Amino acid sequence: MAESGPTVLDRDDNAQDVRAKHAVDDQFEVRAAKAESRRGLLLALPAWLYLMVLFVAPLLIVTVYSFATRTRSGTDLSGWNLDSYRKLGEPIVRDILFRSLTLAVITTVICLVIAYPFSYYLATRPERIRNVMLVFVMIPFWTNFLVRNFAWRVILGNDGPLTTVTEAVGLGEVELLFTPVAVVLGLVYGFLPFMILPLYAAIERMDGRLLEASRDLGATGFESFRQVLLPLTMPGVIAGSILVFVPSLGAYVTPEILGGAKTTLLGSYIVIQFLTARNWPFGAALSFVLMAIMLVATLIYFRKGGKTL
Amino acid sequence: MTDDMGSDLAAVSMRSITKRFGDVFAVDDIDLDIADGEFFALLGPSGCGKTTTLRMIAGLEFPTLGSLKIYGNEVGTLAPNKRPVNTVFQNYALFPHMTVLENVGFGLKMQKVSKAETKTQAMEAIEMVQLQGMEKRRPNQLSGGQQQRVALARALVNRPQVLLLDEPLGALDLKLRQEMQTELKSLQRELGITFVFVTHDQEEAMSMADRIAVMKDGVLNQVASPEEIYERPANRFVADFIGHTNLLEGHVVDRSVVRLGNGSDIPVETDLPAGAKVEVSLRPERAFLHAASSTPDGAWVDGAVKSVTYLGNAYVYQVALDWMEIDVREENRPGLEVFAPGASVRVAFAPDAVSVVTE
Repeated sequence: MAESGPTVLDRDDNAQDVRAKHAVDDQFEVRAAKAESRRGLLLALPAWLYLMVLFVAPLLIVTVYSFATRTRSGTDLSGWNLDSYRKLGEPIVRDILFRSLTLAVITTVICLVIAYPFSYYLATRPERIRNVMLVFVMIPFWTNFLVRNFAWRVILGNDGPLTTVTEAVGLGEVELLFTPVAVVLGLVYGFLPFMILPLYAAIERMDGRLLEASRDLGATGFESFRQVLLPLTMPGVIAGSILVFVPSLGAYVTPEILGGAKTTLLGSYIVIQFLTARNWPFGAALSFVLMAIMLVATLIYFRKGGKTL
Repeated sequence: MTDDMGSDLAAVSMRSITKRFGDVFAVDDIDLDIADGEFFALLGPSGCGKTTTLRMIAGLEFPTLGSLKIYGNEVGTLAPNKRPVNTVFQNYALFPHMTVLENVGFGLKMQKVSKAETKTQAMEAIEMVQLQGMEKRRPNQLSGGQQQRVALARALVNRPQVLLLDEPLGALDLKLRQEMQTELKSLQRELGITFVFVTHDQEEAMSMADRIAVMKDGVLNQVASPEEIYERPANRFVADFIGHTNLLEGHVVDRSVVRLGNGSDIPVETDLPAGAKVEVSLRPERAFLHAASSTPDGAWVDGAVKSVTYLGNAYVYQVALDWMEIDVREENRPGLEVFAPGASVRVAFAPDAVSVVTE
């Protein structure tokens, strides 16, 4: 450490000093990041617990049951096998699956066709009118779902308003109650708001000037819709479709009240397995397949939508 | 109307064009002709109706009243996709789900031009705005200036008869804006297409436009060349809005003299009758400061320096006269006499350096 000035060694010492200081800072950053993620976990904890206890655990129980053998009581667990899944191939089960899928798809398409123009109309109104109309869209939720379905039963029933009207105009008696048409009618009625709200949100979020630009560039109104509006509101279409398709596929209340004995759907069939037929393993297998179909359909839809986004 | 009337025909011709939103007259009884091949600016403060006027030419708004012709054809209520005009929108309105190439090719696709031809022409337009290599990108992967160029290419690829630009450079920073001003101007010269652009920036209008229409409250205040508007503003509003000016109150004594508020007479030409209340517009850079004892050429008023601001290339003085304060801007030339705050000065100007304006 004489008069030679700073040597290479000296500079290294300094560098180490600096590094040592930085090491302290680094550790502080690591600690801060850890604290941040702990805090995040804490915020999510109620939701995590809820999902684990009330969703994941029952799901596992259902899965376990689906591999069991049917016993006298229907609830005992023994004799692991795939019998319940083989039963899915039987014609009666295939028919019910197919019918449920068809009705769910039809319901979704009808909801989409009705909701899209309405959502566009809604999204392009002045804000005050928009809010009032949104409340109107949600008013049906204020009445019990069961009551609303029974209301349809009255409307469509033998001496109901519908028959009165059709007879008055000379169409004679129209028998809709206890048909698939009545079920679709009830499902569309029940789930339409679930289509409107995400569509409205998507359209409202879109920059209206893009439509002006497309018109300015020579597109007709329809071309503007197809080339600009629809692709840009695809997230809303997807969200709305899933929100309608999934509950329609597993619907129980509406088909029970408005559908006839001939139009048994998946939801009712599962309930029969658990409560009447006392075949819990088969009911569990049906539930599992229903979930699988929903999952696959949702994934495909997301994929397909993702490309056009 | 036939095509052989050629360039005699106004590109855009408006008669009594009025647009009312509820009780508000956004545009109030405008008569305006924009010549073929002209670079035309609609200039005014926000809410003056300039954008509404542009949107009526585009067909995005329909006039409440009046006649609007594009090259002789009445288009008042014609849908935007049926007009020979294209628009460069404020903030560009590029389609976020399409690539640059798809954005630029959109108009041609709508005209049912073949795919191969669309691609060729779109690529040409992309080259014209110097974005080659960017054609596969999405708008959100481009800078503001690049987006601006895409918007320009997307409009020009359709070979519109009139190109409309709504605050085209408003979202760019100063340096880029100045570059684009030059580029837009040379592009317009090359293409020979009539450009109509809307701006609230008077410098932008001055530097690009062949002619400027100054609007206020839905009314045209003056339509003239940049020089004319700057040198001979039609009224007080135009004088104040274009550039920076000092407005000295006074009244007309006779055709060549105006008496200012403090009683001093200055020589200035005016057609207004004697006794008319007027204001004399004196641009800060047209006035010169002299020592109070000197006898400068031309007219002068006396005052005292209140403050000095050094700008590097110039000094800006705030000078207190007897009855008001005015700004004087002196270019920083060698040998310039600099006055300190408090100094008594004589503000001199040539008689033809001022103009008389009224409300």
